Amino acid sequence: MRVDIEGLAVDVAGARLVEDIALRADSGQFVGLVGPNGSGKSTLLRCVYRALRPAAGRVLLDGDDLHALTAREGARRLAALPQESGGEFDFTAAEVVAMGRLPHQGPGGRATAADAEVCAAALARAGAAHLAGRGFLTLSGGEKQRVLIARALAQEPKVLVLDEPTNHLDIAQQLEVLSLVRESGVTVLAALHDLNLAAGYCDALYVVAGGRIVASGPPHSVLTAELLAEVFGVRAHRVPHPVSGAPQLLFDRLPLA
Amino acid sequence: MATDLRTGVRPARAPLPLPPLLAALAATLLVSLLCCVALGASGVGWGDTARHLWAGLSGGTIAPDEVPAYTIVWELRFPRALLAAVVGAGLSAIGVGVQAMVRNALADPFVLGISSGAAVGANAVLLFGALGSLGVWALSGAAFTSALAAMALVYAAARTRHGLTPLRLVLTGSAMYYGFSAITTLMVFSADRGEAARSAMMWLLGSLGGATWSSVPIAAAVVLAGTGYLLWSAPRLNALAMGDETAAALGVDAERLRRVLFVVTAAVTGAVVAVSGAIGFVGLMVPHVTRMLVGADHRRVLAVAPLMGAVLLLWVDVVSRLLLAPVELPVGVITALIGVPCFVVLMRRRGYVFGGS
Repeated sequence: MRVDIEGLAVDVAGARLVEDIALRADSGQFVGLVGPNGSGKSTLLRCVYRALRPAAGRVLLDGDDLHALTAREGARRLAALPQESGGEFDFTAAEVVAMGRLPHQGPGGRATAADAEVCAAALARAGAAHLAGRGFLTLSGGEKQRVLIARALAQEPKVLVLDEPTNHLDIAQQLEVLSLVRESGVTVLAALHDLNLAAGYCDALYVVAGGRIVASGPPHSVLTAELLAEVFGVRAHRVPHPVSGAPQLLFDRLPLA
Repeated sequence: MATDLRTGVRPARAPLPLPPLLAALAATLLVSLLCCVALGASGVGWGDTARHLWAGLSGGTIAPDEVPAYTIVWELRFPRALLAAVVGAGLSAIGVGVQAMVRNALADPFVLGISSGAAVGANAVLLFGALGSLGVWALSGAAFTSALAAMALVYAAARTRHGLTPLRLVLTGSAMYYGFSAITTLMVFSADRGEAARSAMMWLLGSLGGATWSSVPIAAAVVLAGTGYLLWSAPRLNALAMGDETAAALGVDAERLRRVLFVVTAAVTGAVVAVSGAIGFVGLMVPHVTRMLVGADHRRVLAVAPLMGAVLLLWVDVVSRLLLAPVELPVGVITALIGVPCFVVLMRRRGYVFGGS
């Protein structure tokens, strides 16, 4: 499913945090949002998974205005992993995954045998079947992320939105999570703070700074030394990844002017 | 049970299977109801209790010399037992709803300030004879009306343009609680009727002593409707419990759901408090004990918690009537005396997680 964002602006508490956002993710593409902390990546994504309403502009899924759909209809097409800790309630991993069926069931819906099958398949695909009976709050960061990905898969979405999915994970878990998402086959829109991971996994990158998109395109054309100096304030040296050939970055502090 | 050596955490829990648990609880509820009617300061035998209950239920006849015993069973104890079950079920269901609504383990039906608001109205009747023209309805009518007024006040004060946020709700509700309690205390001190002040105190701590046949049906209807709504919303409560962002991603409008939950829980709290006063601890403890038994899924919790609450309050009422008979203790005193130790023991034994550790 294709995602088009047109002229999007989002206000929070009366302040305009992002504006004039234009973005396109073709069906099955992995599109990354990068940018310094506070640049508006999360705000943009929160609007895409409907936690915030746009002040202007539209988010289109295959041409349909997402915010004109019902919340349930929207959630059947688009799933998200927000940056939330998951509350204090002691759900089991299986119960967390079962919540992914909510948009398919309706408000007072009962889980059917088909729902249970979808959930079991999602847990297996996310490599989390062995965690099903464990308490979600007792899981490690990487295990939690697998379970949340299983929940998103159980939603059977066409688009997946991820807000810094590799936060607090060790390097093996980071690679695991991004590979899982990449292999899901759905269109992915993800905010990533590790530029090297972004360069390795994304088909296209959008650079957000000061609430606007300042550059976009394939990683090798976006992640230039000039842009990184301007947006992140660092000196970057590019080297090709010895296996994949993707651009990888080594950093220095920028000398004080 | 072995601990997973690699991760060092306890193995998967096996929550109790729901259908047998519900059947057992329903049977316990029936037996408890009968015990609550049969046990009392003035001894009416088990056989007589059953006979009088049957006479009342079937509209049968009794001998003239049995009228006092019949009155005790049918006019005093039975409605009181029914009310205890209704109030226990209601407080437990709302406790679950409020804890999900504000995502806070310490929340109970009274954290929103509704109950102390109801106390203001009830005490105005008890101490100053307000609304005298309403007769027997004055007390519960005043309590319910002022509960709704308190709800409107808390809502207006807690609401921002982002809607009702959990923390603001808890803070506003707690502040209002102290405000309303202060007004009640002022009224108790300024009234010079000793007996009325005593019953005002009884009312603040909760009592089922005022149960009559007229007070049961409305409370039962409101509790049933409220519990039904919560059960129907259980899947969405799960999403809400995970956080507003997650709820949004799952197609649940957290702000709207919280608004409806606020009105429903406040209305049920008002109806319950209007007939029994502010019985503490049930609404806090029963949801937690239920989660320890059946896990956190609200579909299971909301099926089990009302039954547990009903059984608990039936036995609490028996104890409150018999412990220092003929003196009747406030129900809230017994819920705390029984509840606190049980709660602490359970929480330490079952590796219960609420709050992440």
